[in-house]
Amino acid sequence: MSEIKTEKMEDPKIETPIAEKYKLQTKNVNVFYGDFQAIKDVSMNIKPKTITAFIGPSGCGKSTFLRLFNRMNDYIEDFKMEGKIKIDDKNIYKDKIQLEQLRKEVGMVFQKPNPFPKSIFENVAYGLKIQGIKDKKLIAERVEKALIQADLWNEAKDNLNKSALTLSGGQQQRLCIARTLAVEPSIILMDEPTSALDPISTAKIEELIHQLKKDYTIIIVTHNMQQAARISDYTAFFYMGELIEFDKTKKIFTNPEKKRTENYITGRFG
Amino acid sequence: MTSIQKNRLKDQLFKFWGIACTLIGLVMLVIFIGGILVDGLSRIDWAFITDLPSRKPEKSGIWTPLMGSVWVLVLTAIISFPISVAAGVYLEEYAKKNRLSALLEINISNLAGVPSIIYGLLGLEVFVRIMNLGASVLAGALTLSLLILPIIIVATREAIKAVPNSIRDASYALGASKWQTIWNQILPASSGGILTGVILALSRAVGETAPLIVVGALAYVPFAPQGPLDQFSVLPIQIFNWISRPQQGFIDNAAAAIIILLLITFIMNGIAVYFRNKWQKKLQ
Repeated sequence: MSEIKTEKMEDPKIETPIAEKYKLQTKNVNVFYGDFQAIKDVSMNIKPKTITAFIGPSGCGKSTFLRLFNRMNDYIEDFKMEGKIKIDDKNIYKDKIQLEQLRKEVGMVFQKPNPFPKSIFENVAYGLKIQGIKDKKLIAERVEKALIQADLWNEAKDNLNKSALTLSGGQQQRLCIARTLAVEPSIILMDEPTSALDPISTAKIEELIHQLKKDYTIIIVTHNMQQAARISDYTAFFYMGELIEFDKTKKIFTNPEKKRTENYITGRFG
Repeated sequence: MTSIQKNRLKDQLFKFWGIACTLIGLVMLVIFIGGILVDGLSRIDWAFITDLPSRKPEKSGIWTPLMGSVWVLVLTAIISFPISVAAGVYLEEYAKKNRLSALLEINISNLAGVPSIIYGLLGLEVFVRIMNLGASVLAGALTLSLLILPIIIVATREAIKAVPNSIRDASYALGASKWQTIWNQILPASSGGILTGVILALSRAVGETAPLIVVGALAYVPFAPQGPLDQFSVLPIQIFNWISRPQQGFIDNAAAAIIILLLITFIMNGIAVYFRNKWQKKLQ
């Protein structure tokens, strides 16, 4: 925890030195649902405070892979994982690890905005309350900070006690981001966060993701190739459960190593 | 006649047949309520509600069975609510989907179909005799609780199932434990549905007669129960008792008591419908 805090205090303008260690590492990861192998031997290292996009056709395993990092697949029956996943050099699939602790560290935003049927304030405060924080002033401060970070404060500050379901789809998704930020994670996972939104809301969220990069490590699954190209530093192309190519986004979109990557990004299949 | 006209005619015929079928139940209810109102409405006044039972029909009131019903209803609610909601939550959120849980499910559905007199016999043996509670309000309430447990369990499960999975995901992803998710998100989001089930089950319990007769509820009790271990009567038993008397006065009393009982059930059902509508709106 202390390590992450010092990271956050760094001046965001200073480029991360290449030698700095990785935020997230996976090694020879295999995932099975019963007999079906959803992820095949994927190894990947992700640097802190970068945006990594996972792209690939439907069913290629990119969402499954993303959900490994906060262990959301654990609820699926017949789920089995092999290999190692380390966050800040700690193996998150060790038995000792506490899921609650891991998920405080690794936040997640889902495909469809899923606010709780409660007030805007309650939505953002929920993550703090379940941690046992009772200090009302502290909660109010953190809620305000998270809503400002998620660019929703101006629209919501007068309606904090209104039901979150009265917000528009784009606002709801920004509320879900605020809810995640309030817990102060260091990694944010986003599973197609704009696929249910209109272009204007999408642009707002993309702008927001870009701003969040200075404090957080972001991994985003997207079906939208332009989105990946616009916002990410690194892109990983998955196909049939395999990681075909993982490199700087610029390289993937201009000069990919593999033929299959090129075929996909130029729209020849998928 | 062309085939299109023929089909239209069939359409119309089926529509009227459907309307007629729907009306059968309704017409019966209207005839019944009409008859009851004619017989009983003039008998209802404040004294009828607050009077104790008597040998003379015009002096008899429903105070003791009414209070008996209220006692039984409240105790039944207190006993059945926590047990059946906990069971429903367990089956829906915790139980692994395997043979054992499938067996449990089938059994609960079967329990809902067991004739109520059987529950009465069970209550007589377990509560009245083995637990030595005697023919008390508590024994009656425990018996009725058993009777409505499966109904509330099923309603609880349906209400919990209606809570979208995305809410569970969101809660877990923020670091909530299973219990925190259930307590803070799932139960509040399903409370309307659960409440509806509880009220409907209770409104069934308030009309039950057979199991309470077996347990030992009396047709004549001189005083309203003061505590859970007192003897008691309930409205349906009083009605049954009055109807079997030869005097016209008691028949009118029965009709009047039926009006009160129906009123209680209608009000309870109305509250249930209100909660259900509110709840459905909340979940969109």
